[in-house]
Amino acid sequence: MENEFRELYQDIIMDHNRSPRNFHKMKEATHVLDGQNPLCGDHYTLYLKVNDDQIIEDISFYGSGCAISKASASVMSAMLKGQSIEKADQFFKLFQKIVKGEVDPAEYLDKIGKLAAFSGVSEFPIRVKCATLPWHTMHKAVHGSNEKVSTE
Amino acid sequence: MEVLEKKRQINYGEGINRDDFPILLETIRNHPVVYFDNAATTQKPKQVIDALVKYYEHDNANVHRAIHQLGERATAGFEKARNKVAEFINAHSDKEIIFTRGTTEAINLVATSWGRKFVESGDEIILSEMEHHSNLIPWQLLAKERGAHLRFIPFKEDGTIDYNEFIKLMNKNTKLIAITHMSNVFGTINPFKKIIRTAHDWGVPVLLDAAQSVPHLPVDVQQLDCDFLAFSGHKMLGPTGIGVLYAKTQLLENMDPYQGGGEMINTVWLEKATWNEIPHKFEAGTPNIAGAIGLAEAIDYLQDLTMETLTLYEQDITTYALEKMMALDGITIYGQAPERGGVVSFNLENVHPHDLAHFLDQHGIAVRAGHHCAQPIMRKLEIASTTRASFYFYNTYEEIDYFIDKLQEAAKFFAF
Repeated sequence: MENEFRELYQDIIMDHNRSPRNFHKMKEATHVLDGQNPLCGDHYTLYLKVNDDQIIEDISFYGSGCAISKASASVMSAMLKGQSIEKADQFFKLFQKIVKGEVDPAEYLDKIGKLAAFSGVSEFPIRVKCATLPWHTMHKAVHGSNEKVSTE
Repeated sequence: MEVLEKKRQINYGEGINRDDFPILLETIRNHPVVYFDNAATTQKPKQVIDALVKYYEHDNANVHRAIHQLGERATAGFEKARNKVAEFINAHSDKEIIFTRGTTEAINLVATSWGRKFVESGDEIILSEMEHHSNLIPWQLLAKERGAHLRFIPFKEDGTIDYNEFIKLMNKNTKLIAITHMSNVFGTINPFKKIIRTAHDWGVPVLLDAAQSVPHLPVDVQQLDCDFLAFSGHKMLGPTGIGVLYAKTQLLENMDPYQGGGEMINTVWLEKATWNEIPHKFEAGTPNIAGAIGLAEAIDYLQDLTMETLTLYEQDITTYALEKMMALDGITIYGQAPERGGVVSFNLENVHPHDLAHFLDQHGIAVRAGHHCAQPIMRKLEIASTTRASFYFYNTYEEIDYFIDKLQEAAKFFAF
């Protein structure tokens, strides 16, 4: 098998796929939004609890999809808990660059932590939409959209 | 076991020549391509490719309007193709064959030209819950426009539609039945004969979506007695962009045109026009001439092989695949009716179809992952998607063995 493929499905991603973090519905959420890739059937609901200081107090997700999208949602949820929305937006921008191969993750390693695991996605353009689905959903949710997110 | 498998191959595969398909020599990531996405589109033999080249190199011109020699050749080729299609499905006359872009356009044509004329407010159209979107959305659009209602025949666990439930749906408001002949998700063949008979008892016409059946089974429209039949050239060795609507003459005579333009008219004044005869009434504009000629060549190819040989071989290779797949741990196969074609939808436990298809692609195996343009089926099965392997006569037992090996590897790779 090609190394790029193993790189894509590296341990962190496989681990988050098997045991996704914050994988549950949330009753007290302030923001709830669905995100889906209709073509491949990825479908998640993202829950966020944002306080008056614009801090993401809690974040969770639920649904089903491929290993890449599920791991991405899981890593995102772990990273954003306790962060400001401003910070979340910065991560979102950085993440998009990582999965499109526009930045060398090594340069940002201390900043991005586990997000670096998704750099393998850039070798497979068709999987970019899997990786970015949870992030697009988060971005739309906190910026007040009620429209379902679709990355097709 | 090995010897037995070899023997089956010799018995059923005779006359099949894989070498006719240049693309099967391609390598994907250093593996010979294993093309198991035939329900989406099939590969083309060099005979079909050559026919397209020959047409453009020697005969190209517009059809039905030129006095010159090339125009005559193009017209002859195009109309010969129509005749070839008519003969292939045993239509009563060439006039009953309308060339379209594919199955989708053929169904849209019926929804537009027949539906807008005959479907009224309160009428009902019966579909099944297992339709491809192309045999669902045109009817949704029509129903909305006319104030008509759609009724759905449920499918059973074996992946065929439930005849007993169908009977309950029939009533005096039923205007049309439109169902799939062979499922693009389950590969199962529906009890269409009983359905057509019952529908005709009520005086209701039946449309068969034959996109998956015509390429794989001998189909005789007179024997079936269906009123409309739609299929695509590209799923049966032909080029993309050419498909067929078959309809009984009387229905076609009574239908309004589909699109307006050249070719479909008889006499035109500034404010009105009269329509050309069938089938030309439904073929506005310059048609896909090369496509029709390529489709005729594809039919020649299938007829040389014979549909009987093809069907027998596909049945055997599918049985072989199903037996091996069912023996795998953690596999679910959707739709297991005894009457079926070479389409197998499945899921491996804990492996998402998208991940599985990507894994298989790393080994040169082309399968489909997703909802297969049949989201209502997925919803009813409470799954988001499946992986689908679909075979054609050029696939081999060795390819299936290789596929099974890789499925096992994938299960290990993604194991929890």
